[in-house]
Amino acid sequence: MQDSWLWPLLVLAVAALSTYVWRGLGVALSGRINPASPFFAWLACVAYALLAGLIARMVLLPIGPLIEAPLAARIAALAACVASYYLTRHVLLSILLGGAILALWLTFAQA
Amino acid sequence: MNAALSFPTQRAAFFGGMRAAASAPALAIGASFLGFGALVRESGLNLWHGLISTATTWALPGQVAMVELYAVGAGLLAVALAVGASGSRLLPMVLTLLPLMRQPGIPRWRYYASAHFIAMTGWAISMRVAPSLQPALRLPFFEGFTVILWSATMVGTAIGFLLPGVLPTEVTLSLVILTPLYFTLLFLEDLGGKRKRVALALGGVLGAPFFMLSPDWSLMLTGLVGGSLAFWLTRKEKI
Repeated sequence: MQDSWLWPLLVLAVAALSTYVWRGLGVALSGRINPASPFFAWLACVAYALLAGLIARMVLLPIGPLIEAPLAARIAALAACVASYYLTRHVLLSILLGGAILALWLTFAQA
Repeated sequence: MNAALSFPTQRAAFFGGMRAAASAPALAIGASFLGFGALVRESGLNLWHGLISTATTWALPGQVAMVELYAVGAGLLAVALAVGASGSRLLPMVLTLLPLMRQPGIPRWRYYASAHFIAMTGWAISMRVAPSLQPALRLPFFEGFTVILWSATMVGTAIGFLLPGVLPTEVTLSLVILTPLYFTLLFLEDLGGKRKRVALALGGVLGAPFFMLSPDWSLMLTGLVGGSLAFWLTRKEKI
């Protein structure tokens, strides 16, 4: 079965459905939620904490190609980006600066 | 991005959403899929598999889990459990964004179709922009914003797949880090009220330690523990 050309497509379909099920469930349940209720405020807290946790994880314990960059370099890039944002209030400029800091760090650390 | 937006028509709101996305958001989100495209290739899948995954799943952590499990020959149940666990983070996001976009007269299928495009960036921007937008303009704005992001992820997946090893590692890594950098600014741009700040701070502190406890369920755990604690700590704030 796993040798068939259909197998990857089956895996893709299962992954897509396992993800959409949460989105669809959310739509089905959302009609009963009043945005002015304490329950809504609690849900928003859950969502914000979860996403902040995801961002912290992406920088501190990355799962993709960023594993190859040392922790100190990732933190330096983030610090430069945040400092630049508070100085310039320019998002695009600040993320590109952070990326450039990482590239410079990696170039000189290897040399 | 400025939180105070206004548009004369729904069509203008759709295009306004597209314009808002066609800058740092599209770059940062597109870049994050470079790594995914490269991973797809390394795992023995073809470009179409990568593009179909991005188009139909559209949630990077789940897609990475799917490809890694495929590469080790895992079964369908294992894929469903790991990807489902990772996707559970979307539930509180849909439950908080949809009530802001519901309008009499919008057919139900449109909510189900739009929900496919709920992910971190479109959610955070829409949560911020929605209260200042007329209710009828919120869904079109969200749709315009995410259609650009979705296109950027398709391009990112294809470039990542087609150009492995063409860019020096330093350049690839500095592109991939744009995503967490952008996400950080996405929330720093508008920290909101006390309740949102406390929730963001607690989530940021708990995210990494919880990931070491349980990679699959760490996000839900971080959200439930950090979010509930934030809600309790700010219980005197107005709802």
